Amino acid sequence: MSMDDVRKDFPIFKQVINGHPLVYLDSAATSQKPRPVIEAIDRYYRESNSNVHRGVHTLGSRATEAYELAREKVARFINAPSSDLVVFTRGTTESLNMIGYGYARTKLGEGDEIVLTPAEHHSNLIPWQQAARATGARLKYIPLQADGTITLEDVRRTITDKTRLVAIAQVSNVLGTIYPIREIVDLAHAVGAVVVVDGAQSVPHMPVDVQALDCDFLAFSGHKMCGPTGVGVLYGKRERLEEMEPTYFGGEMIDVVELYEASWKEIPWKFEGGTPIIAGAIGLGAAVDYLTGIGMEEIRRHDRELTEYALERLRSLPGVTVYGPEAAGERGGLVTFNVDGVHPHDVSTVLDSEGIAIRAGHHCAQPLMRWLHVSATARASFYLYNTRADVDALVHGLNTVKEFFQHAIG
Amino acid sequence: MQLDELYRQVIMDHYQHPRNQGELTAKTVSVDLRNPSCGDEITLQLEVADGRVQDVRFRGSGCSISMASASMMTEAIKGQDVPEALSLAKVFRSMIRGEAVDTEVLGDLESLQGVSRFPARVKCALLAWQALEKAVSGHTDHQPE
Repeated sequence: MSMDDVRKDFPIFKQVINGHPLVYLDSAATSQKPRPVIEAIDRYYRESNSNVHRGVHTLGSRATEAYELAREKVARFINAPSSDLVVFTRGTTESLNMIGYGYARTKLGEGDEIVLTPAEHHSNLIPWQQAARATGARLKYIPLQADGTITLEDVRRTITDKTRLVAIAQVSNVLGTIYPIREIVDLAHAVGAVVVVDGAQSVPHMPVDVQALDCDFLAFSGHKMCGPTGVGVLYGKRERLEEMEPTYFGGEMIDVVELYEASWKEIPWKFEGGTPIIAGAIGLGAAVDYLTGIGMEEIRRHDRELTEYALERLRSLPGVTVYGPEAAGERGGLVTFNVDGVHPHDVSTVLDSEGIAIRAGHHCAQPLMRWLHVSATARASFYLYNTRADVDALVHGLNTVKEFFQHAIG
Repeated sequence: MQLDELYRQVIMDHYQHPRNQGELTAKTVSVDLRNPSCGDEITLQLEVADGRVQDVRFRGSGCSISMASASMMTEAIKGQDVPEALSLAKVFRSMIRGEAVDTEVLGDLESLQGVSRFPARVKCALLAWQALEKAVSGHTDHQPE
């Protein structure tokens, strides 16, 4: 399938927003959904809806089969060695919190160190703050360079014999920086620390191979990769998942229950207490099929081209400040910026009047906003359905912003 | 949707030249409030004596709507007694929710009426008013909505 046809697969683009065709530049917040994903969820509810792993009836088997097939698809997508290393969760935030509760709290103690960067999304920061408070461990930060990158020299300096856990996003949701995960993993493993990768902004946009990265955990969300909201993934190496405690207790996750104690199922099911996210997982499986059909290399190439074009156009606009690494090759498919003298909310409202959706605010990264010395920024993010015309629309909109505010302020 | 309905000249004037910006030195009530979803912040200081807002200052960072709303609010409530200021807050909230209100009491604040047609910006317009309600809640038995 060519990238030009991709847009037709997304019913949402048929509509007009404020008199303009929709220009959706907020995929880093959530992606739009292609028809095959919407139809897979619809079909599940129409034809197979049933609870999984318990009913002996036909629908029960059908639902269980579809749910477990989705797990296999996701496992192949990230090249997990086996599908039982894929746990379905509500999303990246829940996956990271489960590691915080079920792994960090039992494995870390007084004087141990958790290593992060100041660029982490709140959901890859607060779970570690909480785990540190509960265990007496200490947080340490790899410093950022002026362009938002990190140096391996600093990584080496920050990771010490006391480091037990390193948590880092593969792609920053604000700066777009792609961090050198494999190199960090090697440095962490050399001191016996485990590495948690926040893949929320990477898994949807580039080939991610957990075996090549050698990371201990990977967390990501379905809704940012053409899947539905409410489903995400926690991948872990077998030894890690086996030593990790469940966070939610109840039906589905148990083996034997006595009056005073209980034992758990094998991985991954011991982490999936309660009726699982069946339709969500099936939708995510369909999203994985869709993305694989186009090819993750192709999607990465497309994102990168658009980012390069957007960087070039935005940097040439006077009064626009662009944050993050210089080269498109060092960043994911997003551009964060500010317009001098105009608050990002106002930028966003003016763009919305031209049908253009961007994100404005602190992007769940308050420490990073402080580091940038801004209270908020605007962010345009790209995905497979975006085109150069979308970037042109953004530039046109930003010119409107400047004209409008110059005129309004007088 | 017309941008001019939202960004009226008087709003831009208050945004560019905020009134009553700064800190009070006298005995004051001070409230810090932020909108956690977008990062807007305000510190509102009130000097309340004899049941009256004797003086008021604010500092903040945020968009044109939140800062203009704060600036206009300080002008409007300065010299008002506390129940009067709270009833103004109530009228203002109603207007921002798109309800028909008696605009007479609102003065410049009426210029923010357009916000009611921009649901995403309602929180911006209300930030300063929430700070006001919080600040005076110790002086009356009024509970902020």
